[in-house]
Amino acid sequence: MTNLTIAGAALADGSRTDLHIADGRLVAEAPSGAERIDADGLVALPGLVDLHTHLREPGREDTETVESGSRAAARGGFTCVHAMANTQPVTDTAEKAEHVLDLGRAAGLVQVVPVGAITKGLAGTELAELGLMHDSRAGVNVFSDDGVCVMDAGIMRRAFEWVSRFGGLLAQHAQDSNLAGPGACCHEGELSGRLGLPGWPPVAESVIIARDVQLAEATGSRLHVCHVSTSEGVEVIRWAKARGIAVTAEVTPHHLLLTTSELAGYDTTYKVNPPLRTDEHVESLRAALADGTIDTVGTDHAPHAAHDKDHAFVDARPGMLGLEQALAVVMETMAERLDWAGIADRMSIAPARIGGVAGQGRPLAVGEPANLVLVDPERRTTVDRAASASRSRNNPYHGRSLPDPVELTLFRGRITHRR
Amino acid sequence: MKHLLSISDLTDAELAMVLDTAEEMHDVQSRSIKKLPALRGRTVVNLFFEDSTRTRSSFELAAKWLSADAINVSAKGSSASKGESMKDTLLTLDAMGVDAIIMRHAGSGSVAQAAGWVRASMVNAGDGMHEHPTQALLDAHAMLRHFRKHEMGSLEGKRVAITGDLLHSRVVRSNVLLLPRLGAHVTLVAPPTLLPSGVRSWGVEVTHDLDEVLPEVDVAMMLRVQRERMHGGYFPSEREYIAGYGLTAARLSRLKEGAVIAHPGPMNRGLEISSDAADSAGSLVLDQVSAGVAVRMSILYHLLAGNTPES
Amino acid sequence: MSEPTTVLSAEEMSRAIRRMSHELLELDAGADDVVLLGIITRGVPLAHRVAAAIADAEGTSVPVGELDITMYRDDLRDNPTRPVGRTVIPRSLDDAVVVLVDDVLNSGRTVQAALHAIADLGRPRRIQLMVLVDRGHRELPIQADVVGKDLPTSRSERVRVHVAELDGVDEVLIERTEGRA
Repeated sequence: MTNLTIAGAALADGSRTDLHIADGRLVAEAPSGAERIDADGLVALPGLVDLHTHLREPGREDTETVESGSRAAARGGFTCVHAMANTQPVTDTAEKAEHVLDLGRAAGLVQVVPVGAITKGLAGTELAELGLMHDSRAGVNVFSDDGVCVMDAGIMRRAFEWVSRFGGLLAQHAQDSNLAGPGACCHEGELSGRLGLPGWPPVAESVIIARDVQLAEATGSRLHVCHVSTSEGVEVIRWAKARGIAVTAEVTPHHLLLTTSELAGYDTTYKVNPPLRTDEHVESLRAALADGTIDTVGTDHAPHAAHDKDHAFVDARPGMLGLEQALAVVMETMAERLDWAGIADRMSIAPARIGGVAGQGRPLAVGEPANLVLVDPERRTTVDRAASASRSRNNPYHGRSLPDPVELTLFRGRITHRR
Repeated sequence: MKHLLSISDLTDAELAMVLDTAEEMHDVQSRSIKKLPALRGRTVVNLFFEDSTRTRSSFELAAKWLSADAINVSAKGSSASKGESMKDTLLTLDAMGVDAIIMRHAGSGSVAQAAGWVRASMVNAGDGMHEHPTQALLDAHAMLRHFRKHEMGSLEGKRVAITGDLLHSRVVRSNVLLLPRLGAHVTLVAPPTLLPSGVRSWGVEVTHDLDEVLPEVDVAMMLRVQRERMHGGYFPSEREYIAGYGLTAARLSRLKEGAVIAHPGPMNRGLEISSDAADSAGSLVLDQVSAGVAVRMSILYHLLAGNTPES
Repeated sequence: MSEPTTVLSAEEMSRAIRRMSHELLELDAGADDVVLLGIITRGVPLAHRVAAAIADAEGTSVPVGELDITMYRDDLRDNPTRPVGRTVIPRSLDDAVVVLVDDVLNSGRTVQAALHAIADLGRPRRIQLMVLVDRGHRELPIQADVVGKDLPTSRSERVRVHVAELDGVDEVLIERTEGRA
């Protein structure tokens, strides 16, 4: 374990301080023999927390492993990621959740929190062993069939009821599959009509959100909406929150920055589900993240092999990388609307609270675990997809000029990334 | 010209040349020796990921009548299921040194993607719901020949109504890009469930009412309606579709003198088009088929006969 | 380019065409079964002039056609794609006496392409070649049956035939290209 003094860093509230780290925690006095890191001009934030990461292990280790994904997360300033359940096999039992937990611990680069499936095999028909996953060593709190929507309202209702016993959270991939079927791959609008790509209408998202917030209310349970992408979805969430319903929501970095116009050349790098939307939706999402209607940024980091993308647009796998550029994109898109405290909240404090993760999203105060990221607010770079810790290269920001903030990531006092 | 991916790839000069050359190629079809040496030594591959009879055979004839070597590769079924990506399939053919790949695929944009991967010239023979440029060119060619033969002038000022399942149609997208450039006034006719999103920004008229436009049109182009669509709730029944949008014998009689009927085929007789209409004197259906070979000869000639800056 | 020199004036050209028509009639013992095929571009108006001269002399109307040889050229792929012209065949070529008409005979490659084109169009009894100017430099064993003017040239010279129908004036010019021996 490293003993460190981070000298002269600005905290999210603007104050400047020296941070002393010993034995994995923040301490009051400079420990003996501490390495001194000059953080003049840098900002120290609590380590970032992602509620929505696809690590692909087990099953598709050619595209990502828990270790490579953890490394990418550390490079992005994360100290905790939630590993989505849609692996092969699906994380739908206590044993499988513990397996992911153990892989995360073995990698030791970030806290890997397994997400459990809501239904067995993500099939949408039978509940997975929600309680056993919660009671396991993995301590699963968040359940999601992400990748597919739980379409059966009856199943969704009973899942809400079942997890209400232990305060579990259902994270829904909101996509009405009758309105946006498996082929839907382009925001429904002028461009989808012209390109001849099957449309994915905004209402396919908002009707499911509307249904689920009412189910959450009726069952006294909690809902988290994955990757909100539309104004309509934001409006429903705003309504539900005003009503006092226990709903939280996330937006992805790519939905904050990129628009459907990227699809004009049929580049499958930009195929993602839900699809990239128009400027109007992007504006709604930014405003909602700023005003707290959307609580957090979830990366939906989704590695894919080139051979799963080298197909016709409708046939290619949806998904794009997100961990390494998440903070950069938030800085780029929210500069006018979120200060450092706001960014710390949306990317660390709020997701840790929503996921119920102890020791993450904590203030940088004496006695707290040393999970933090040092950020250079000025530095920029042109993103190069080859310069990545991920095993995949489906990086939608390749060739773009973006902030390049992450100087150093500390996970429980250990340096997991250093520029 | 390196590729033909979309009608919008053609400059006005190229468009005029392609249609003029098609006219010359048409004569070859009536000769006893249907052979021109222009593409001797060139190799053309028909790569069809989707079934097709008329488009594939007409491209094959076009290539052969121009003395190119033509082979057919049926890649039906998902290549992904065999572990091969679409890109692998294309790179494999390209590595054999072929000069042109004529490709049909259910995925919109797939031929444009392919053009970014291969050295050969790519010809779009229908990509999903996106475009089918040679179909639009042959439609225009058939109409132009008809008007010229009957001393009715060009397409300038002619009214063309395109009716049917426009949502899933690649033919309509290419025709909307082409026919107005030739001076035609295009009206799209479909029920709300079968109109593409954003169609009102396409710069052509759009209506749900066939009977309103029918008496004024010079060309009634009927598009195929797939019966499976009924189960997707795109329309309630065949009977109700026909009542609104079928070119029935009764509607046929309301066409103005000299108006013609076009259909890219294959036809659903008794659904979007009645046999009375399909077989009427004003039907261009078979002219479209023969125009197909001429237009495709013209396209292959312009893509492959000369040298291109890339080669 | 140096100033072009006039080789045939309008009047000389017209005389040459009349003489060529007579030679053709002698060669074929009359105009029966003769089809004049002008090679596009300047062979076409010349073919019509020959037909008119024959009509003057014999009172017979000889059918005139137009032959586009673009697709038969052996240098097709060495150049940007050329537009295709319109071949017009006025009657069946089977058993006809086809007289190919062109403005200038040079390497012989155009005539070779024309012979291939005719082979795809029918089986004439005989094919003859009539040119206004033979400038030599043959690359193939081809020679004309009827020649308006033999014009020995160097390779650095260019022969230009102008016809009133297309160029507004009848004349044959020769010009020297500079910088090439």
